[in-house]
Amino acid sequence: MSATAVHSLWTTAAEVEPIGSIPAPHIEYAQLAPVLIVVGAALVGILVEAFVPRRARYHTQLFLTVVALAAAFAAVVGLAAGGYATTKAQIAAMGAIAVDGPALFLQGTILLASVVAVFTFAERRLDPAGDGGRVDSFAAMAAAVPGSDQEKAAVKAGFTTTEVFPISLFAVAGMLVFPAANDLLTLFIALEVFSLPLYLLCALARRKRLLSQEAAVKYFLLGAFSSAFMLFGIALLYGYAGSVSYARIAEVVDGSVRTIDPALADTMGNDALLLVGGALLLMGLLFKVGAVPFHMWTPDVYQGAPTPVTGFMAAATKIAAFGALLRLLYVVLPGLAWDWRPVMWGVAVVTMLGGAIVAITQTDVKRLLAYSSIAHAGFILAGVIAMRPEGISSVLFYLLAYSFVTIGAFAVVTLVRDAGGEATHLSKWAGLGRRSPLVAAVFAVFLLAFAGIPLTSGFTGKFAVFKAAAEGGAGALVVVGVISSAIAAFFYIRVIVLMFFSEPKPEGPTVAVPSPLTMTTIGVGVAVTLVLGVAPQYFLDLAGQAGVFVR
Amino acid sequence: MSFPILTATAVLPAVGAIATAAVPAARRTAAKWTALLFSLGTLVLAGVVLARFEPGGDRYQLTESHAWIADFGVRYELGVDGIGVVMVALTALLIPFVIAAGWNDADPLEAGSRRWRPTQGFFALILMVEAMVILSFEATDVFLFYILFEAMLIPMYFLIGGFGDRAHAGTEEHAAAQRSYAAVKFLLYNLVGGLIMLAAVIGLYVVAGSFSLSEIAAARASGELEMATTTERLLFLGFFFAFAVKAPLWPLHTWLPNAMGEATAPVAVLITAVVDKVGTFAMLRFCLQLFPEASQWATPVIVVLALVSIVYGALLAVGQRDIKRLVAYASVSHFGFIVLGIFVMTSQGQSGATLYMVNHGLSTAALMLVAGFLISRRGSRLIADYGGVQKVAPVLAGTFLIGGLATLSLPGLAPFVSEFLVLVGTFSVYPVAGIVATTGIVLAALYTLVLYQRTMTGPVKEELRAMPDLKARELAVVAPLIALLLFLGVFPKPVTEIVNPAVEHTMSDVQKQDPRPEVEAAK
Repeated sequence: MSATAVHSLWTTAAEVEPIGSIPAPHIEYAQLAPVLIVVGAALVGILVEAFVPRRARYHTQLFLTVVALAAAFAAVVGLAAGGYATTKAQIAAMGAIAVDGPALFLQGTILLASVVAVFTFAERRLDPAGDGGRVDSFAAMAAAVPGSDQEKAAVKAGFTTTEVFPISLFAVAGMLVFPAANDLLTLFIALEVFSLPLYLLCALARRKRLLSQEAAVKYFLLGAFSSAFMLFGIALLYGYAGSVSYARIAEVVDGSVRTIDPALADTMGNDALLLVGGALLLMGLLFKVGAVPFHMWTPDVYQGAPTPVTGFMAAATKIAAFGALLRLLYVVLPGLAWDWRPVMWGVAVVTMLGGAIVAITQTDVKRLLAYSSIAHAGFILAGVIAMRPEGISSVLFYLLAYSFVTIGAFAVVTLVRDAGGEATHLSKWAGLGRRSPLVAAVFAVFLLAFAGIPLTSGFTGKFAVFKAAAEGGAGALVVVGVISSAIAAFFYIRVIVLMFFSEPKPEGPTVAVPSPLTMTTIGVGVAVTLVLGVAPQYFLDLAGQAGVFVR
Repeated sequence: MSFPILTATAVLPAVGAIATAAVPAARRTAAKWTALLFSLGTLVLAGVVLARFEPGGDRYQLTESHAWIADFGVRYELGVDGIGVVMVALTALLIPFVIAAGWNDADPLEAGSRRWRPTQGFFALILMVEAMVILSFEATDVFLFYILFEAMLIPMYFLIGGFGDRAHAGTEEHAAAQRSYAAVKFLLYNLVGGLIMLAAVIGLYVVAGSFSLSEIAAARASGELEMATTTERLLFLGFFFAFAVKAPLWPLHTWLPNAMGEATAPVAVLITAVVDKVGTFAMLRFCLQLFPEASQWATPVIVVLALVSIVYGALLAVGQRDIKRLVAYASVSHFGFIVLGIFVMTSQGQSGATLYMVNHGLSTAALMLVAGFLISRRGSRLIADYGGVQKVAPVLAGTFLIGGLATLSLPGLAPFVSEFLVLVGTFSVYPVAGIVATTGIVLAALYTLVLYQRTMTGPVKEELRAMPDLKARELAVVAPLIALLLFLGVFPKPVTEIVNPAVEHTMSDVQKQDPRPEVEAAK
C-alpha cells in the first residue's frame, strides 16, 4: 500500500514480529540506586508491619527507615562524587530519568530533610503515655471512626501507627523521581507516588482527628483535580510533539524536528495544543508548589495534618515540585520562554504579595507558617524566572536553606502543648520567652530566617534568588520581592513580640521536653540556618556546580 | 600578616556578649562587671586603632581582606578612614558609659523562671550592638556593611521592646503595649529602609559586578564603570532611603521619639548617639562615594529635607511634655544639621558634620543620661512633675544644665564648633539655607532653657524634697563626658586633624571644590 493509505482513524498493521525479539529495557541500576534503595526499604517496611510483633515494630521501622534514607543519601553522594552531577550527567532507564546535577542535589536535599523529618515522626515523648507505652503523634487506629469505641480501645491499648514509616518512604521515593523525571509519564507517576502517601499521612493525626481527616479529604480532592489537569496537559503535549520525552518535546518546540508522526499529522506542531498543554502542566506543578492562585489547599492542609507531617510535606514536597518545575521550564519549554515568563511573572508577584498579606491576619501558628510558605514559593519563583544558570543554583540553594528552617520550625510547634494537644493558637504563645527562653529563642531564629534577616540562611537564599532575578532582567520583580519581604517581616516580628514582650498567661501551654530525636531535628535546623547564613560559600559552590540540566 | 586589629575591635565585644550571657542567673553583678570590662577592653583597642591611624597616610588604613562568599563577589573587607576611625572611637567610648548608666536598669522586678536572665540579656545585647556598629564603621564591602546594618536591628529591637523605662504613666500592661509598639515601629521602619537598600545593593552588583567599595570607586573614577544616569539615581535613592530612615531625617523620623521615649535612658543614648550615626556615616561613605553625580543631583531636595528636620524637630521639641521625647526631637533637629553639613558639599560642612556626629554623641549622652537619673528618682517622664530640683540636687541640676547647654551649642562647649562649621559651610553655597538653619539654634536655646527652667528652678515640688543627688556611679558616668565636651569645645584640633584628610577624599569623589571667598574689589 502507498503512504496515502495512512488514515487518521486507522493505519496499516506492521509485519508481525516474533515475540522473542522485544528488547528488555536497559536499566542503569547503579545510577538509580537512591530511588531503588528507598522503594526497597518501603517494601520491606510493609513486610515488617505484617510479620514483626507489635512491640518491636516501632524500633525496627525507625531503624529501617533511617538506614534506608542514609544509604540512599550515601548513594547520591557517591554518584555526585563519581561525576554524574557534572561531566557524566546522563539519561537513565530508557530516557525516563535524568541523572544530573540538579536532580542529585535535590535528591540529596530531600533525603536529608526526610531524615530529620522522620525523627519528628518517631517522637514519642510529647503525648502522655497510654497503658501500652509511649505514643507518637499519629492516630492509634486510622481506620477507626473518631470517637468510636473501637478507637478508644485502640488508644487504651496504646497502639501506634508504625505504617507511617513505610508510607513516608514511598512518598520520599516519589519525590526523588519527581525532579529527575525526564519524560512526562514518569513525571506523572512520580507525582502520584508521592501524593497518595501524603494524602494518607495527613489524615493520621492522633488529636483533632476530624480536622485532620477533613484536611486529607481537601488535599486529596484538590490534588486529584490538579493531577487531572496535569494529565490532560500531558495528553495535549503528546498531541503536539508526538512524544512524552522532554528532549523530544523541546526539539519540536524549537522547530528542529521536522518529521511528523503520521498518526498525529493533524495535531503535531499545533501551537494551541502546546500553549494549553504547557499551561495545564504548569498548573499542576504550581499546585504542588503552593503558588497563588493554586494555593487554596495549603493553609487547611498544613493546619489539619499532624505537625511532623506538615513539616515534612512543606519542605520535601516543595523541593521536589520546584525541581520538576525547573526542569520543565528550563529543559522542555525554554523555546517558549517568551510565553511563559510573563505568566510566571504574574504568578510570582501575586504569590509573594498574596502570601505575605494574607499571613498578617492569621491567628494560628500553623496557618501562619502555611501562608509564609506561600510567600516563600513566590520568592523561589523569582529565581526560577531568571532563566540563567544562577537561577538554577539560587533556587537549589534556597530550597536547601528553606527546607531545614521549615522542618525545624514545625518541630518547635510540636513542643508547645496544652491539655488538647499542640497549642497552635497564637494567643497561647504569649510570654513563651519568659517561661522557656531557649525554645522561644530557637523559634525566633527560625522566624528571623523566614524573614530573611542577615546572618541567617533565609537571607542568603533570598539574596541569591533576587540577585539571579535582577541579573535575568527582572529588576521589578526584585522590588516587589523586597516589598513583600517587608510585609512578611511584620508578622514574623509579631510572633516574636508575642513570645518575648507579652506577659505569660497563667493557664498558658507548657513546653514538653522532647526526646533526643526531636532535639536533633531542631538542632540540625538551627545549625544549618546559621551555617548557611554566615559561611554559605561551600553550599553555594555545590549548588553552582549542580546547576546544569542534562537533556 | 599583621594582627587584625579592626576585627579585634568587633570580636572583643561580641565575645563579651557571649560571656555576659553565659553568667549564671543569680550572679547579676558579675554579669555587669563582665560587660563593663569587655567594653573597656574594646575602648583600649579602639585607642590603639586611633593611635596607629596616620591622618596623612592612605585613605583606608589597617585594612583586612579575606574571601568570604565568592559566589556573590563578597569579601570580608575592613578599613578605616579618618571619619571611620573617629566613629569607632566614639562608639567604643560611649558604650562603657551606657553600661555604667544602665547598671540597675535591667534588674528583674520579680523572680521569673530559673532560666530567665534579663540582666545578662540586657548587657549582652548592648555589647552585641557595639560589635555590629563598630564593624559597620569599618566595613569597606557594601554587602558586609548591609548585613551588619540589618542585623544590628535585632538586638536593638530586643533592647527597646524587652527593657522599657520603668517610669511610665498608667498600668504595667499599658506600658508593655507602648513599649512593644515602639519596638515594632523601630524595627519595621528600619527593616523597610533596609530592604529597599537590599534591592539597591543587588542592583549595584548587577551594574558594577563587585561589592568592594574601593574597587567600585576606582572603576568609577577611571571611567571603566559607567552608570546610566537613571540607574545611578535609582540606586542612590535606594541607599539614601535606608540611611535617611536610620539617621533619621524628616519625614521618616517618627519612630525615634517612640523608641527613645519607651526605652531606658541608656538604650535611648545607644540609639541616638551610636546606632543612628551609622546612617549619617553611611551617607558620607556610601552615597557620596558610590554615586557622586546622583548625590549632587539630589542635593537640593536633601538640603530642604534637612532644613525641615532642623526646624520641625526643634519646634516639636519645644512643645514636648515628656523629657525623653523632648531630647528625641532635639536629636531629629541635630541630625538635620549633620545631613545638611554632608550634602552642602563643602569641606567645612563635611568636617563639621563629622565633628557634629562626635559632639552630638557626647552631648546627647550627657543630657539623656542625667535625664535618666532624674527620671529614675521621681518615676515620671513628664516635665510638669518636676520643679526646683536644683535646690535638692545641685550636682544633678548642674550637670543637666551643662548637657543642655551643649545641646544648644553654647560657645566653649564642643557642639558649638561643629555647628559653626556646618553653618559656615552652608552659608558659602546656600545662604538662604544657612539662615533657615540658624533658626534651629534659636529654637534649641528655647527648648533646653525652658526645660531647665521648668524642671530645675522654681519652688521645690513636695514629692521631690527627699530626692538624692547624683551617686558616685552616676557622677563617674557624667563627669568624663562633661570634661570631653569642654576639652573638644576649646581644642577640637585632635579630631579635625584626623577627619579633614578623609573629607578631602570625599570632596574629590564628588569633584567639588570649596567656593573661593569673594572679596569686593576696593574702588
